[in-house]
Amino acid sequence: MITSALFFLFAGLAIACAISLVYHKNPLYSAISLVGVLISLACIYVMLAAPFIAAVQILIYAGAIMVLVVFVIMLLNLDDDKPINRLRHLYVFGGIMGVVLLAQTFFIFYAVNRAPKQAVVDTTETVGNTLSIGAGMYTEYLLPVEIVGILLLMAVVGSVMLARRLEQPQLELVVDSELEKRGEGELEDEYRIRL
Amino acid sequence: MEAIVKQLFPLVVLFGAATAAFGVVMIIVAYTVLAERKVLGWIQGRIGPNRVGPWGMMQPFADLLKFILKEDIVPDKSTKFVYFLAPIVAVTCALMPMIVYPFGPAITSIDLSFLPYGLGNGIRQIPLTIGQIDVGVLFVLGITSVGVYGIALAGWSSNNKYSLMGGLRSSAQLISYELAMGASVIGVVMLAGTLDLNGIIYAQIQSPFRLYIIPQFIGFVVFLIAAFAETNRVPFDLPEAETELVAGFHTEYSALKFALFFMGEYVNMFTVSVMATTLFLGGWYFPGLSYIFEVGSVPYALLSAGIFILKICAFLFFYIWVRGTLPRFRFDQLMNFGWKFLLPVALGNVILTIVIVYFLNR
Repeated sequence: MITSALFFLFAGLAIACAISLVYHKNPLYSAISLVGVLISLACIYVMLAAPFIAAVQILIYAGAIMVLVVFVIMLLNLDDDKPINRLRHLYVFGGIMGVVLLAQTFFIFYAVNRAPKQAVVDTTETVGNTLSIGAGMYTEYLLPVEIVGILLLMAVVGSVMLARRLEQPQLELVVDSELEKRGEGELEDEYRIRL
Repeated sequence: MEAIVKQLFPLVVLFGAATAAFGVVMIIVAYTVLAERKVLGWIQGRIGPNRVGPWGMMQPFADLLKFILKEDIVPDKSTKFVYFLAPIVAVTCALMPMIVYPFGPAITSIDLSFLPYGLGNGIRQIPLTIGQIDVGVLFVLGITSVGVYGIALAGWSSNNKYSLMGGLRSSAQLISYELAMGASVIGVVMLAGTLDLNGIIYAQIQSPFRLYIIPQFIGFVVFLIAAFAETNRVPFDLPEAETELVAGFHTEYSALKFALFFMGEYVNMFTVSVMATTLFLGGWYFPGLSYIFEVGSVPYALLSAGIFILKICAFLFFYIWVRGTLPRFRFDQLMNFGWKFLLPVALGNVILTIVIVYFLNR
């Protein structure tokens, strides 16, 4: 009884936050709502005996990624008075997508109800466990993990390349060649001040 | 009747445990504030607060009363909802890790069969922890990382440029040092083989080192430095550097809302002290105690809990000591230190630990 009450509490909270995420015009309110959705989902994960997934969800999505999003919104400091009409013609498309998603959800309900009842396997002990997740990642699912690792490394290298200032090394090269030409010593102080 | 009692009994026990833990933590936090002012006074050759009660012992309560009675000023152009939300987020995220604090070893000597309706059946031990979560370490790190929102939103919603600067600085600082903190914990988790805080303490006692500070000294130092940054303490108190930013993110907060931020900060200090004690200093373990008292008996558990609190108080004293000693970092120094020194050292420590674990398990 308590379990189902908690489930409806967190599920309701997740849906309410999701609606508020779409409804609000102010991007910061939307971001806060998204954090609410993520935390409610983490609570549901805990109730499904997957504490590791829940902790990682909060740590990575709510604690790291969304903080960066909020950071960017705060830095941009957008005006919240202006109504955005640019995307009005996409409302129909969005409505169609919503109907399709709703139909999918009901189809899943229907399929689950129609499926023959299986004996409940006692998986609560092992499935959400940190040890079993780790073991699975490094044995059965090693290739996907490696692929994800390479993708992340590419993203890191790419962001470093984008953020790097291209003038800097050239400037150094020019100064170095100048130094070589004129002989070291007297120019070094001048060069320091200029930089 | 019986069914209702059986349903509600765990909830009542949990509520009682949470209240007790909350009381203990709050009293220690209140007296940390007093101790901070006293110790800082001694370090600076002053006496410190000594008017309210003997040695100023009632000062925390006087402070609280003052916070409650002050006028609560809300800036006119602030974003109201977020402005009210921020202190709530800050204090909630500070208090939530309390659930997994490993206050002491489990009591096994009490027979619970005297309880009515067979409520005590099947309960063989009374743990001195509110909730036994398998991923305690991740839980604490995750909740602390959500606490950033409190500070960032407070800075943004106040509609004050100093607040905004403080909020931005603090979020940047917390994100940077969280990485180093997480990486420094990985070594301990690898040695212990579990993420449960009580499990880490037991693994620590049974290991050949007794305390993980010996094989994990680098990790301990990195954790301690990152902990100073995570709690916005001197020498990393950039978010509220008063010479540059008035009071940082809480410039526009007054009365009880300011008190909530203040309290959250000190509870966070308590939390990182608990983490440092548990992960590196053996938690409630004291050598030789298990020879004097029987393991699992009530005096053993209570004495261990007392030792746990003492270790935490030593950490809290260290915090205050450092505050009285060190000057503040400059912001670019802080960022460079975090990303270019602390994080590589923490990652190097992880690799070193992998080697140690490999030779230990061979």
